[in-house]
Amino acid sequence: MLARRSVVRTLRQPLMVVPSLVFPLMLLSINSSGLDSTTRLPGFPTDSYFEFALAIAFVQGALFSANSAGTNVASDIESGFLNRLSLTPLRRVALMMGQLAGILALGLIQAVTFLLVGVAFGAGIEAGLAGAFVIVAMSLTISLAFGCIGAFVALRTGSGEAVQGVFPLFFAALFLSSMALPRDLIEIDWFRTVATYNPVSYMLEGIRSLVITGWDAEAIALGFACAGGLALIALAAASSALRTRMVRT
Amino acid sequence: MSRGRGRKHSARPRAHGSFSSVAFAVGWRNAHNFFTNPAMIVPALLFPLFFFTAFAGGLSRVDSIPGFDYGAGYTTFVYGFVLLQASAFGGIFTGFSVARDFESGFSRRLMLAAQRRGGIVAGYWLAALVRACFTIVVITVVALVAGLSIDGSAVDVVGLYTLALMVNAAAVLFGSGVAMRLRTMQAGPAIQVPAFLFLFLAPVWVPYDLLTGWVQAAASVNPVTVVLESGRGFLEGDPTQVLPAFGVALLLGAVTVLWARGGLRSAERAA
Repeated sequence: MLARRSVVRTLRQPLMVVPSLVFPLMLLSINSSGLDSTTRLPGFPTDSYFEFALAIAFVQGALFSANSAGTNVASDIESGFLNRLSLTPLRRVALMMGQLAGILALGLIQAVTFLLVGVAFGAGIEAGLAGAFVIVAMSLTISLAFGCIGAFVALRTGSGEAVQGVFPLFFAALFLSSMALPRDLIEIDWFRTVATYNPVSYMLEGIRSLVITGWDAEAIALGFACAGGLALIALAAASSALRTRMVRT
Repeated sequence: MSRGRGRKHSARPRAHGSFSSVAFAVGWRNAHNFFTNPAMIVPALLFPLFFFTAFAGGLSRVDSIPGFDYGAGYTTFVYGFVLLQASAFGGIFTGFSVARDFESGFSRRLMLAAQRRGGIVAGYWLAALVRACFTIVVITVVALVAGLSIDGSAVDVVGLYTLALMVNAAAVLFGSGVAMRLRTMQAGPAIQVPAFLFLFLAPVWVPYDLLTGWVQAAASVNPVTVVLESGRGFLEGDPTQVLPAFGVALLLGAVTVLWARGGLRSAERAA
């Protein structure tokens, strides 16, 4: 019931769905033309920057999920809906997953759209059709991870404005990763170090490997481990924040 | 006699509602809001710094691409863009303040009190100027620490920052024009998206000759391209396209003055 409500509420808000599809595609289009000449760098893994940059759209779309999830949860807190739920015998994790169902639905729409646009504009998925399914699965895990972080912030603060305020930090995580160049081509030491410790790099590289390289077990495993690990930690943190909020109620 | 007395009588309110007093009051209020509200000052500083760090750090290898012919280095190349971006967004964010003032009803009261309403727009421009100067100083200090190399002469530096402030003026006039027509915070995307597109459809990461595809076509007709390339020329100590750049900046200023004037008329009709 909660999951259905979450899906309907997310998908019927064009302001949540449209920007999360349009902005990543716009950035992809501008980046792939603006930075195509970087494929001339020795060691660059492909001769098409579009293929290299396609992975960014999936992660950027997931960042919008964090915003949407956080905003929805904050809205439930502000409207008192969460207070009423606290009177029911619902388990916290079930409640959280119900709240995040809309984000997973949005993540699915994003992943399929980005894949179709990618293929339509000439990106070959090197890992084939099965690889495309793995990309969708990884993309959903990333959406879940960022969605849980958004929900955690909303539950801790109870404010939609606080969620909006955290949004730039998510973008910082994206920009301080191997988003624009492969890590071994990043020249500045401190930036390469930050990108190496940044889990977003591995999420990007996991999706990117399926597009460019094919089946690279290490990249895929690291991608799922970082996205899944982050999702578990954020889900636990959000559940704990939910308990605290319900105790306050 | 009676005409003279009338002038004398009206002299007092004019002192409080004159163009300059309105401009300074609005400018001071907005600048004060900017410096005392973390929600305004933090994003204004964070975004350009963040872009500078991400581009100059993550893409520094780009200066090894065959055909990359900018002598002052990639950090300086990126600074040229971030300076322009910070100037433009100083104006754009002030446009948001205009929209917020209309939504809260403050501007309606202001328009009743101000005899010379052009002073209201001038006040927002002053606030945008203060914001841009503050942001530019912070970004420049950070960039100098990060390896910015200004090879241009003092005249080049004056040219560079004059161009940046002209872009700031055009941005605030554009933003004010939109905000005064729509008079709601929903005007945000209508202010931000065109500015974003103009900025990012210029040679942001690589020189114009290294762009490919539709972005190169867009950059060739984008007026921001010539301003950006001129700014980078000033930084490198090799001024290029100076007259076209100042011509474009002046033209943008003239067009946006008319646009803001139309917005003010629209707001007056609605008040």
